[in-house]
Amino acid sequence: MTGTDRLGLAISWTIAICCVVFLMLPIVVTVAASFTSSSVYTLPPPEWSLRWYRSLDRRSGLWEAVMLSLNLALISTAISLVLGTLAAVAVARGRFQGREAIATFTVSPLMMPGLVVGVALLQFFREIGLRDAYWSLLLGHIVITLPFVMRTLLASMSSFDFSLVDAARTLGLSYPKAILKVLIPNLAPAYLTGGLFAFLASMDNYPISIFLTDARNKTLPIKMLQYLEEQPDPSLAAISSGLILMAVIVLVIGSRTVGLNRMIQG
Amino acid sequence: MRRLDHIGLLALPGLSFLAVIFALPLLLLLLKSFQIDGQFSLEEYRLFFSDEYNMSVLWRTLRVAALTTLLALVIAYPTAIAMSRANGIWLSIFLVAMVLPMSVGVVVKAFAWSIIFRTRGVLNDLLMSLGITEAPIRMLFTETALIIGAANVFLPFMVLPIYAVLRQMDSRLPEAAASLGATPVFRFVNVTLPLSLPGVVAGCAFVFSLAVSMYVIPSLIVGERQQTLSMLTARSFLFLRNEALGATISSILLIIAVSVVLGSSWLANRLGARS
Repeated sequence: MTGTDRLGLAISWTIAICCVVFLMLPIVVTVAASFTSSSVYTLPPPEWSLRWYRSLDRRSGLWEAVMLSLNLALISTAISLVLGTLAAVAVARGRFQGREAIATFTVSPLMMPGLVVGVALLQFFREIGLRDAYWSLLLGHIVITLPFVMRTLLASMSSFDFSLVDAARTLGLSYPKAILKVLIPNLAPAYLTGGLFAFLASMDNYPISIFLTDARNKTLPIKMLQYLEEQPDPSLAAISSGLILMAVIVLVIGSRTVGLNRMIQG
Repeated sequence: MRRLDHIGLLALPGLSFLAVIFALPLLLLLLKSFQIDGQFSLEEYRLFFSDEYNMSVLWRTLRVAALTTLLALVIAYPTAIAMSRANGIWLSIFLVAMVLPMSVGVVVKAFAWSIIFRTRGVLNDLLMSLGITEAPIRMLFTETALIIGAANVFLPFMVLPIYAVLRQMDSRLPEAAASLGATPVFRFVNVTLPLSLPGVVAGCAFVFSLAVSMYVIPSLIVGERQQTLSMLTARSFLFLRNEALGATISSILLIIAVSVVLGSSWLANRLGARS
């Protein structure tokens, strides 16, 4: 290794370490700011306190927003896992033209600007007369979650040995039973990562949801931006820290069961 | 053969769902932007592009997206190189630093950056206590703050594709070049860089299309003072009730996003074919 090599490597390591600090900065700042005793954001806090966590139950509509977001995220992810499994099996096992196109199409919502999808859905639902905010949101959130599920399922099924399913069928299982008892358990890591990222994407979505809500159905991100406009005190940092804790839990589950390396490929 | 045809039908529920609830609405939106009173017309686009304010918003959006992509690339490339050589605990640290921010929502991160950039905020406090500035600098509501915040949020989407390509690269290639007497700079320019280009293209395309259409980040960091295309779209729908304008701007955003995706996959294919 020459001196230039060493220098190059030293520079890239320095930048990489700065990059790690830069990436973690917003998370650390949010958590630190949530434990302040002051009503403005100063770091380090003058005194540590749980004051803003206690203030959360005075925030009107917060609990409803959390429940609505969890409800939408869980149901839309579950529906996406079912639709995604069927479509991914078709792409992996079917012998028809255009399977490549189907794969691209089902992942394509990921590449579309969320706001544009939101606007398009708003106009479409109005035209077909769908006025119920909950159902509009649920349909919108399936569009958000399905591509995440499809991406991981398509990748993992392309390397799955389907003769296992065929073997189960020769042993007397029906096709749906063979999928349930052989395919899904074998692809558990893909289901977990796809499902977790889909769940988080739904929990976090703002640009699609904002066009589909009404006064009574507000998801958590929408409520948070509303609080930020009305009363931007550190209780928002406390809500954010709750969401960060959720992400950490998801990450721990993911890395324990499938490993970090597989999670980033998903 | 028949059995396999039946398997193809399994794609139908998901496909028809996306066709009706995703593709059709986008198509209708696009059609609407080319119509006035049911007639084909480019009038809405002519109006949009002849308005000086709209043009300044369009340029700002493209400029911010380009600079965000550039900043992310400058940080991401060396990081991906270090990551591809890392093992054990260091690799875990890097991976956590990528995956954790990706799992934390955009709303949370954009909010954090608005705390950091506040006039009496974290960064100004730090700068003043270090004696770098005496009075707080106005950072929130500036384009620089927006670019830094956006690059931070999209950084993992730049690092990971480059890391994936570099990790796959046969590490013996640069070594072979070295044993043939190639200098480190020559090896980087002629071996590592060309082989990593598909990852760079994928990362840049992803970050650029995310940055062109970002909405939450500019709303929290620059606010209404410096509009971007997304904010203008949301405004024309939610406040101005000018749906024709909104449909036109969203179609422009859609066209930019789709051409970036198509352009980059064409470029990636060409690069793949060459190497």
